[in-house]
Amino acid sequence: MLEAHELEATRGDATLFTGLGFTLRPGTLLRVTGANGSGKTSLLRALCGLLLPSAGEVRWNGENIRALREEYWKCLAYVGHANALKDDLTAEENLKVACALSGRSVSAAQSRLALESFGLVGRSHLAARALSQGQRRRAALARLAVSEALPLWILDEPFAALDAKAVEQVQSLAGEHLARGGMVVLTSHQEMNVAATSVTDVNLDR
Amino acid sequence: MSAILRALLYRDLLLAWRRRSDVATTVLFFVIVVSLFPLGVGPEPGLLRTIAPGVIWVAALLASMLALTRMFESDHADGTLDQMLLAAAPLGMLVIARAFAHWLVTGLPLVVLAPVLALQFDLPAGLLPTLAGSLLLGTPVLSLVGAIGAALTLGLRGGGILLALLVLPLYVPALIIGAGALDAAASGQGAQAHFLLLTALLVLAGAFAPWAISAALRISAE
Repeated sequence: MLEAHELEATRGDATLFTGLGFTLRPGTLLRVTGANGSGKTSLLRALCGLLLPSAGEVRWNGENIRALREEYWKCLAYVGHANALKDDLTAEENLKVACALSGRSVSAAQSRLALESFGLVGRSHLAARALSQGQRRRAALARLAVSEALPLWILDEPFAALDAKAVEQVQSLAGEHLARGGMVVLTSHQEMNVAATSVTDVNLDR
Repeated sequence: MSAILRALLYRDLLLAWRRRSDVATTVLFFVIVVSLFPLGVGPEPGLLRTIAPGVIWVAALLASMLALTRMFESDHADGTLDQMLLAAAPLGMLVIARAFAHWLVTGLPLVVLAPVLALQFDLPAGLLPTLAGSLLLGTPVLSLVGAIGAALTLGLRGGGILLALLVLPLYVPALIIGAGALDAAASGQGAQAHFLLLTALLVLAGAFAPWAISAALRISAE
């Protein structure tokens, strides 16, 4: 269970959001909406523990994530704005490194399956620099296909640069994750169609 | 946890291999700087022997510093650093792996090459093990201390020059003790005291640098 309590974030002199609170229970999708610059990414980074909120705290199963640190990060899959791909490594190597960092090892078969599900068949041995923008995004999101075991997914604009088919793939992965009791936090400017029984909305526009 | 460190080390070495030219520039820089001095100073064996330790150590300092900007810069730019900050292992361990990879590709080649380059300075063969030994203990200190500067200047404009201003003064103890080891060995005192001091520096840097680097990296992510 992820809780935000009286969160506040500032950028320079401007307050992005203040007094923000919500509770995210297993099986719930949290949609964060708001105009450009309204603080969606800041909120997500605060939920991850990358950004120290200027007030308030984020709790995971009742404990502050600042105290939990690695214990919390072991439960978290974060796909940020940046793809976290190394240009000189192949999609497959990138996937392996990303999984290793979150403390898991994936077999060659698993990673091939994950990349295949994102339409990167035959491109898994190409250096990431040779992939198109959309393909790079797919390669980054392929991590989700091997992250079933991580209860919390935090996705920052996952659909940016993706074509309709890949969008559908991400939505179905998120839907499956919610169905098995996972939690998904995501921001998007597009209409999304994730199969979720319980949805919490946070709008950062005032 | 060790699996994470192994994976990170493997990744860094693989990246270094794919970008061999970057590694080669550092090593060639070291070779050329060291070789310029005998050409500039002239063929006077006594003088060359005197300046050899200092020249080789200063060149090693500069070469090690050249590669520092690459240490976290690309991880920062492509978002990998965020994933490292959210990794399942303590960040301090990850940065040790990072600094160790940096040393393997920039420090270790200098240790191997230095005795060969020392021949240009007519350094007695008996001093070559001392030279290699002092660099072997000293270059990891340079990587660890340099990583603090690299983490602090991450994402700054003109970070390269700032990094040099920040890091070079911190290299001074290693330089004095490292170059001093050769003088001590040449004068017949033996370099043991200097080696012990270098080891102490290495232990000190190994204990405190990861902590400082982690803190700097976390600040840069905010």
